[in-house]
Amino acid sequence: MLYREAGQLKTTYAEDMAVFPIRQDRIALAVLLGIAFIGVPLLATFHIWPFSSDYLLWAILLPFLVLALAAIGTNILVGYCGQISLGSGAFMAIGAYAAYKLGTGVHIPFAWLGFAISIPPLPVLVSILIGGLAAAGVGILFGIPSLRIKGLYLAVATLAAQFFFDWLFLRVPWFTNYAPSGSVNAPELIFFGLIVHTPIERYLLCLTFVAVIAALTKNLVRGNLGRQWMAIRDMDIAAELIGIRPLYAKLTAFAVSSFIVGVAGALWAFVYLGSWEPLAFSIDRSLQLLFMVIIGGLGSIMGSFVGAAFILSVPIMLNLIPTELGVPVSTETITHLEFIIFGSLICYLLIKEPRGFARLISIGKEKLRLWPFPY
Amino acid sequence: MANIARNQLILAAAVLSGVVLTAPAAAQNEQFIPILSYRTGPYAVNGAPYANGAADYYNLINERDGGINGVKLLVEECETSYATDKGVECYERLKSKGPTGAAFINPLSTGITFALTEKTAADKIPIITMGYGRADSKNGAVFSYNFPLLGTYWSAADIAIQHIAKELGGFDKLKGKKISLLYHDSPYGKEPIPMLQVLAQKYGFEFTPIPVTHPGIEQKSQWLAIRQNRPDYVLVWGWGVMNGTAIKEAAAVAYPRDKMIGVWWSGAEPDVTPAGDQAIGYKSLMLQHGAGKFPVHADVEKYVYAKGKGSTEPSKIGEVLYNRGIVNAMLGVEAIRKAQEKFGQKPLTGEQVRWGLENLNLSDARLKELGFEGMLKPIRISCADHEGARDARVQQWDGKAWKVISDWYTANEPLIDPLVSDVSAKYAADKKIQPRDCSKES
Amino acid sequence: MIALGQFLEVLIGGLMSGVLYSLVALGFVLIFKASGVFNFAQGAMVLLAGLALVRALDLLMANGFPFWAAIVLGIGFGAAIMATTAWLIERFVIGPLVNQDALTLFMSTIGATFIIEGAAEMIFGSDVYPLRLFPTDAWFVLEGLFPGGILVNKLDVWGGVIAGTLVAGLAIFFQWTKIGRALRAVADDHLAAQSVGIPISRIWFVVWLVAGLVALVAAIVWGTKLGVQFSITFLALKALPVLIIGGLTSIPGAIAGGLIVGAGEKIAEVFLGPSIGGGIEYWFAYVLALAVLLVRPQGLFGERIIERI
Repeated sequence: MLYREAGQLKTTYAEDMAVFPIRQDRIALAVLLGIAFIGVPLLATFHIWPFSSDYLLWAILLPFLVLALAAIGTNILVGYCGQISLGSGAFMAIGAYAAYKLGTGVHIPFAWLGFAISIPPLPVLVSILIGGLAAAGVGILFGIPSLRIKGLYLAVATLAAQFFFDWLFLRVPWFTNYAPSGSVNAPELIFFGLIVHTPIERYLLCLTFVAVIAALTKNLVRGNLGRQWMAIRDMDIAAELIGIRPLYAKLTAFAVSSFIVGVAGALWAFVYLGSWEPLAFSIDRSLQLLFMVIIGGLGSIMGSFVGAAFILSVPIMLNLIPTELGVPVSTETITHLEFIIFGSLICYLLIKEPRGFARLISIGKEKLRLWPFPY
Repeated sequence: MANIARNQLILAAAVLSGVVLTAPAAAQNEQFIPILSYRTGPYAVNGAPYANGAADYYNLINERDGGINGVKLLVEECETSYATDKGVECYERLKSKGPTGAAFINPLSTGITFALTEKTAADKIPIITMGYGRADSKNGAVFSYNFPLLGTYWSAADIAIQHIAKELGGFDKLKGKKISLLYHDSPYGKEPIPMLQVLAQKYGFEFTPIPVTHPGIEQKSQWLAIRQNRPDYVLVWGWGVMNGTAIKEAAAVAYPRDKMIGVWWSGAEPDVTPAGDQAIGYKSLMLQHGAGKFPVHADVEKYVYAKGKGSTEPSKIGEVLYNRGIVNAMLGVEAIRKAQEKFGQKPLTGEQVRWGLENLNLSDARLKELGFEGMLKPIRISCADHEGARDARVQQWDGKAWKVISDWYTANEPLIDPLVSDVSAKYAADKKIQPRDCSKES
Repeated sequence: MIALGQFLEVLIGGLMSGVLYSLVALGFVLIFKASGVFNFAQGAMVLLAGLALVRALDLLMANGFPFWAAIVLGIGFGAAIMATTAWLIERFVIGPLVNQDALTLFMSTIGATFIIEGAAEMIFGSDVYPLRLFPTDAWFVLEGLFPGGILVNKLDVWGGVIAGTLVAGLAIFFQWTKIGRALRAVADDHLAAQSVGIPISRIWFVVWLVAGLVALVAAIVWGTKLGVQFSITFLALKALPVLIIGGLTSIPGAIAGGLIVGAGEKIAEVFLGPSIGGGIEYWFAYVLALAVLLVRPQGLFGERIIERI
């Protein structure tokens, strides 16, 4: 009744090929963007519930946005192209450290050649984007084995990348500007002359990045390249037989995915943490991203958002409920319960709907189109 | 299918309700103190006793004294699992609880300290990093809100070398010797390296840093390398399960345990008991206090455990890390008491507690009053010196207990201060902080 | 001569520790061989088995049982716990997901990992529990030939002996018992085995049970080495390169892979490590695995992967 397409006639090709062909979808998206860009900052500025303290913005929405971005990147590789990757944490680290070096000035002395490459500190936006490009470059490099290795074996190969970069950023002091402890501070966030400092500003910054990149990605996966990726995912030998070049498709998947994950890593380090060490991007982060993508739905942009929200909020909620109910449970027991409940939820969701929340939502939408009729 | 929609709605409602239930528990005359602890994960063996000590001391203040001058302490624990992002989330969740917000923060993790340094300065909540944290935060002119009380890692490195020199018979005997540092590959483990390099250059010993990847249960190759290198001493800078494994692996390659000296975070009962008899002879630094029971413990047993409000088994009272938790809590409480002298006997803000910390001055007499005689030496914190004291002793495990085997050492300030000024000046320049003028502080 | 002695020492130490890795890898191989599921929960199973054993042991010894009786009962208790776990996993995790693709099954085992870790620590405690079943000190052999002798760790030797016995036992089990044959049939083709009358769910329960018992053995050896504690679950990450190099479906491959990984990473760490700063152990094993994969995608001893369109 509410979700009818009746009467929505398309008169141009552009309308027909739109990302959201149904008007109700467009309205819903507009409302969502309105709340995100305008509503939330307004509520936060006037400290109206639920933004009475900074906690929701700083500790929930900000990591949600950045991790959703990283999940989109991971989804491209794992969901659209079918290449299992456990190295997403390393690509986030590459993006973060590359952006850090570019933001604080790069100086590579080639002593034996007699000159040095010296780049002055670049503006933060440029550093983040070039950091993403660096991650993309490395992604292509580590994607080359995917031409020969498939499935879970590829997951192990990407773990090689993960552990190697864990070690590299700990051991080579050049990446951390020779800081004695190996911990680095982000440069000041100056975008087009504005200093981004308060939680609301950081939130809007991340929201802009996420919105732009999600929009671009959505169009990318609907196009030729996306279809090549999905063909490779479904049956790579058949895809090769009909003329899709696996080299091009797989490496572009790695490149685009690593770019997005690298930008997310730079945002995580610069905007959310402010000061970080290599352990922030360890294998736990990679596994977390993989969970988000699988729980949210492989091959779905919206699924990345839902998965990120789920994975991020469940532990926090499990932590808050006993304290709010006043039940005196030790933090140790809470953490153990967290593990148990988290694992059970993952198993339950995988059993009920292996294709994740995105599939549940799309089933819901289909039912909504018929509602209130049953069929 | 209706099931799915309904279940989805329930799940979404649960998530949302959990997230927005952050209304602070409004108790009017209470001072809120968060405890960031880790009772799970590879570092829990050392994190749990520390948190127990702190919780017991806060309980003692409430039960025995009725709070600090009548202001009761409201304590809440939050599990960080030694992870930086969880630590940041715990901080954000707890920093505004209570009528005036958190009094101070104790992350018990150098990694989390680095992540929180800027945030705590912006939120005006002091971060007490007793015996750990940024070594350059001794310089209170730059780091107004960081307090590395009782000792930093640079002091620890210097004292360890002093003890080695004493064992060898003089600083001149250090020349040509080999000293290795087996360190946890994280900011915590890397912090002493610059100081040790300075010391190696000054005294002429060969310094080899050997990293151990987190969590530290794989050390076989490191110890095979040590066996080949045959250093005269091995300094252990580990945490959590890395400590116990280091001692076991040392025994497995027959490296003499009495030539191993751990930093004050690598010398506690959970580190030596797993190895059993093989740990006999292992030495470690003491962050002033050691193991054992002192007058304050008698009070804890009387007022807290007798009423059944203890955090741990009574047999664990008096262990090294338990005592460290009590000392840390005591310093925080005394800072609040000092701040109440200036700002009134009511719940205080972090900014006010910071003043209390910076003007904290505990004499021998006061320490005796508090029940800490024999555990600590007098502490005096000032704007220029956020460390307060830099003395330590060395203890040795004899299979059943820790025995103090040395006199008091004091870290060599003239050697450490140039490094502190250098690194803190760099931080100030990076962050565009104008260092305060300590001579003008009240 | 000194250099040769040092090299031999590191080599022997590496080979020995590699055998210990393969103890953990064996569990992976068993489950993958019989059901095609990559069981990420193997590390957690080692933890659970170890905790059950050590807590039972402590309890029995505290109540005055003699050492040998306590050990036997403790192992029995551990085996019972692993049997229960196997049944629960087969019933609630793997069973409902029978025809899903490999990635989903893999993810469900990760979910099972969390459940097992949380439950094990909640029921049995999260301390470090020392296990003293074998000697852990060192032998010094060939002292005449090499100054200082070559260091051989007693626990490593015991571990090698146990691993060898285990592999031999498993080989006999698979070749000559009815259940073993049924397992091989199921590994080959589920549907064919089912149509012949082999009860799949019971077979999978047996597989997970045997993997659980292998985890118990691994827990005994590793628990003596490190103490039974949460970090033992990280061993699963160390076992992955072993599996890749040896081949996911080969039991002798697990041993061979273990030897290669153990020796390789220790030699690299001790001799190559200092020049690049040290700490290269973890990624070296994985890079080694990557190199092997590029040459032989199915591992050294694995079955050739045949893809059909």
